Amino acid sequence: MNIISGYLRQAGTAIRFLLLATIVLGLLYPLAVFGAGQLAAPFQANGSIVKDSSGQAAASALIAQAAADDAGTQDPQWFHLRPSAVGWDPATSSASNLGPNDAKLLETVTTNRAAVAASEGVSPEEVPADAVTSSGSGLDPHISKDYATIQVPRVARAHGLEPQDVQELINKQTTSGFEAFLSQPSVNVTLLNLEIANLAASRN
Amino acid sequence: MVFSTASFITQIAVLVLVLALLHKPLGLYMARVFSSTKHAKAERALYRLAGVDSGTEQSWSVYLRSVLLFSLISILVIFALQRLQAILPGSNSLPGVDPWVAMNTAISFVTNTNWQTYAPEATVGIFVQMCLLAVQNFLSAAVGIVVVVALIRGMVRTTTDRLGNFWVDLARASFRILLPIATVAAIALVIGGVVQNFWSTEVTNTATGASQVIPGGPVASQEAIKVLGTNGGGYFNANSAHPFENPSVFTSLFQVFLILLIPSALPYMYGRMVGDQRQGYTVAAVMGALWLTSTALMAWAVSSGQGSATAAAGGLGEGFEQRLGPAASSIFAASTTLTSTGAVNVAHDSLPPLAGGIAMLNMMLGEVAPGGTGSGLYGMLVLAIIAVFIAGLMVGRTPEFLGKKIGPREMKIAALYILVTPTLVLVLAGISALLPEVMVNAPASGPHQFSELLYAFTSGANNNGSAFGGITSSGPYLSTMLGLAMLLGRFLPIALVLGLAGSLARQRKIPASSGTVPTHGPLFGSLLLGVTVILTALSYFPALALGPLAEGLIK
Repeated sequence: MNIISGYLRQAGTAIRFLLLATIVLGLLYPLAVFGAGQLAAPFQANGSIVKDSSGQAAASALIAQAAADDAGTQDPQWFHLRPSAVGWDPATSSASNLGPNDAKLLETVTTNRAAVAASEGVSPEEVPADAVTSSGSGLDPHISKDYATIQVPRVARAHGLEPQDVQELINKQTTSGFEAFLSQPSVNVTLLNLEIANLAASRN
Repeated sequence: MVFSTASFITQIAVLVLVLALLHKPLGLYMARVFSSTKHAKAERALYRLAGVDSGTEQSWSVYLRSVLLFSLISILVIFALQRLQAILPGSNSLPGVDPWVAMNTAISFVTNTNWQTYAPEATVGIFVQMCLLAVQNFLSAAVGIVVVVALIRGMVRTTTDRLGNFWVDLARASFRILLPIATVAAIALVIGGVVQNFWSTEVTNTATGASQVIPGGPVASQEAIKVLGTNGGGYFNANSAHPFENPSVFTSLFQVFLILLIPSALPYMYGRMVGDQRQGYTVAAVMGALWLTSTALMAWAVSSGQGSATAAAGGLGEGFEQRLGPAASSIFAASTTLTSTGAVNVAHDSLPPLAGGIAMLNMMLGEVAPGGTGSGLYGMLVLAIIAVFIAGLMVGRTPEFLGKKIGPREMKIAALYILVTPTLVLVLAGISALLPEVMVNAPASGPHQFSELLYAFTSGANNNGSAFGGITSSGPYLSTMLGLAMLLGRFLPIALVLGLAGSLARQRKIPASSGTVPTHGPLFGSLLLGVTVILTALSYFPALALGPLAEGLIK
């Protein structure tokens, strides 16, 4: 009898402790971080939303935004992202989760390499690895500088821009300094395409 | 992508430097938190409301009963509220969670595993994430810490059966240690780009015609405790590979730092509490040596770029984030599996075969280098008792540990402890591998298929939570078996550790003599290192040979 009442008393304590802890850790704590975030860094806290020249919320600076049709074919007018296991849809996120010797993955990267080489007019050996592989999230907005560079002629032609102007935008959007040293020089395609649109609009 | 050795070395150096600076103040602080006899005003209110008799200490069996009851009730509450999600606020219009997934998830978060058999975006709304799962990120981490505190008290105290009060310890670990650090870390993460709001944002790029709904949510607050509490359950399916959880290489490094922060300060707390810093530093040195070695091996295996698909792609890339790079991902992958975290910033399934194998081996070591919050240190202390027993056999004396006799009872407990997880992993993975209807859930072929299954059970039983994500584990069989692995892999070791604490606390202290094997210094450290590697690695070697070793060495 004594043992049972001991258990019941402790179970009561457990339930009340959980409830009180939930109020502090599950409500007050995230709300405090929310408040601090809105004061200290509202841009980041709200998803790093960037606007276009007309003031319209155009994209998140951190999330891949593809100009692609429903079949997943990327529009040749714009810089292309890496392949994505989720079709660049931020409602979800995933890697392909295929193994390093997976036959399907081998076939996919081989097909991708040929397709990128054809659309950029370069030899298959010039296609960098990031251009044919999907990222861990499927939402990575970044590509390597090499991949951006082989896309320059195509994008410049589509917008009637000088290739060196486009290359300059790439250089501007490429990570540098300590960040690039710790990771690798990377170009944010979401932001780059916005810059291309701005430049094209200002020239025409 | 090219693996940058310079970046790898720089990041390791930064981590070592910062952790070396912080382990002492944080260790001292934690020792004070658990030695203090004073309660804060808010804590006294909490104890009154919850009906905690804060002045009474518990015996090991009552302490264990409190751990188990609290965890059981947490599991039931989380299961029930997930099922009721549709009628609760903050559901984001999502239906109630599937019963198998809800059961697995409740167990997963209460056991500090954070195995995610579901895609969060499509399964759980803000209420479940923020008020259920993130709360367990605090509480399950705190449970790990208080269990090691009880073990250390058992080592220090003499002729008593009292180990402390679970509720008081739990409140202090949650509110005095985890909450303040998590708050600062979460704000730093917001500044670094992690989202913290309660709405999504529609965006339209008029030039390209692209429209998206950019998700939001209390991500930074969950992210901070996800890594600080060595939990690992992501707000998004892609976990720390998702740009909103881990926007840059800086936040990635910061997350690894948070993963290692408490586990690397606990040895100092231990040294302080037992009144001999050399004890703490010996344990810390073994943890550090294993962490450095394993992280270097991971870097080597990743940079090899092995694999036919990887070669066809022209190098590393599949599963990697361009903005983070392979060096940051190697450090993350090693640290997340050497602790009980399981957060990932690269798809482990796509790593070169031997790198995936090292991730598995790290978990198989028992996650003791430096391990999960609390669980890493208690695992290492049990291994130290085994090491002192082996040393005692060599010199022909009854082994002693910190002045306590390691008798048959203590050795039985320690031996059972180290048998629990290998038994769970090998038996459950072995049985499952024989069932064709289970193996269809691992779509890979050849040795990689077995690797996906072995990884799942290794991750579950060791309460890690990372995965070879190709496996689908949401069906009834794998949900249940992995749930079982997580439950037994968490609470059997905790029960044994608390039993050990009780048995040590009852003893008198015997003075050290010329025949006492010192449990500090390089000699004992090397012995402990050897015991850790040999005991665990040998138990798992045949299984590893069938999976990652076969895939990595044959091709």
